[in-house]
Amino acid sequence: MNMFRIFSSRPAPAPIASAPIARERLQILLAHERGTRGQPDLLMALREEILAAVSRHVALDPDKVIFRMERGKHVSTLEVDIELPNEPGLPLAATG
Amino acid sequence: MAKVLVVTSGKGGVGKTTSTAAIGAALAHRGLKTVVVDFDIGLRNLDLIMGAERRVVFDLINVVQGVAKLPQALIRDKRLENLWLLPASQTRDKDALTEEGVGRVISDLRNSYDWILCDSPAGIERGAMLAMRYADEALIVTNPEVSSVRDSDRIIGMLDAKTVRAERGERVEKHILITRYDSTRAAKGEMISIDDIMEILATPLLGIIPESQDVLRASNVGSPVTLNSPASAPARAYSDATRRLLGETLEMVVPSERKGLMDLLRGRRAA
Repeated sequence: MNMFRIFSSRPAPAPIASAPIARERLQILLAHERGTRGQPDLLMALREEILAAVSRHVALDPDKVIFRMERGKHVSTLEVDIELPNEPGLPLAATG
Repeated sequence: MAKVLVVTSGKGGVGKTTSTAAIGAALAHRGLKTVVVDFDIGLRNLDLIMGAERRVVFDLINVVQGVAKLPQALIRDKRLENLWLLPASQTRDKDALTEEGVGRVISDLRNSYDWILCDSPAGIERGAMLAMRYADEALIVTNPEVSSVRDSDRIIGMLDAKTVRAERGERVEKHILITRYDSTRAAKGEMISIDDIMEILATPLLGIIPESQDVLRASNVGSPVTLNSPASAPARAYSDATRRLLGETLEMVVPSERKGLMDLLRGRRAA
């Protein structure tokens, strides 16, 4: 049977190796997860304090606040998207 | 009308998460607004298979407990605009999930999605029960191997007894998805046959996914196999299964890898 094997499949074009990508993804993820295990939830604390700070100046709907995270190897970014109601009299609307 | 599909199996490692991601992406690719929900509390992995692991902020438990609102926890896929992920919690106790809480989340999702895919944890404990609780349909992922078939049988029994639909006297529509199918070993009679599995489980077959390197490659790079290599054998099999899920009738074949001379000589049975 073995001698027939040479007919059965031509070698596929070598795909870009995916294992190094897997390794890097895991390294980044696990570095974050190990660092935060057993720690108080940093994101949750940040969220509450940011919301409290902004609320002191403008009326906002906490449901209209979206936090997006992108964890990277060297830096991570936290994106906070706050929808501010455009009512007359609000300081932000007045300057805009 | 929204459909809730639980992807379940009883046994671990059979391909639930891979299948959830692949079928979720295939549904979204067809223009259906789809959310994949990870119910594996404490051991989430759907985020990793979907390539969204670096973007998780809130999770299912945050939503159930009211700490975050649903739109704040949903992560939109960067490749498909109709695909969303609701991740499981990595840290919190799985007892934090309540039946009422999950019910609220599912019913909110029903308002804005066409398909809600619930990726069940392995086992028959609380997490698996909650994943299937509100399902309209169930995908039972089964490997052609005795322990997997036995566990599938067990899960089928639970779907018929412990879901909301079952308790109301309605049916949960069930489908078998056979994964990691190796046609070479099947041809040699080394693997329990599809016909035998169908006879034992007496549940309709949705698709047969061949064992393939493409599945591992897709998980390495964090992309559902139907997106990462759409022309590959497993991706074609998942696409066919998805079309059947949507009601199309397609001939049941096992898509094979690129054919060699021997396959042609053998009569292209697996084409």
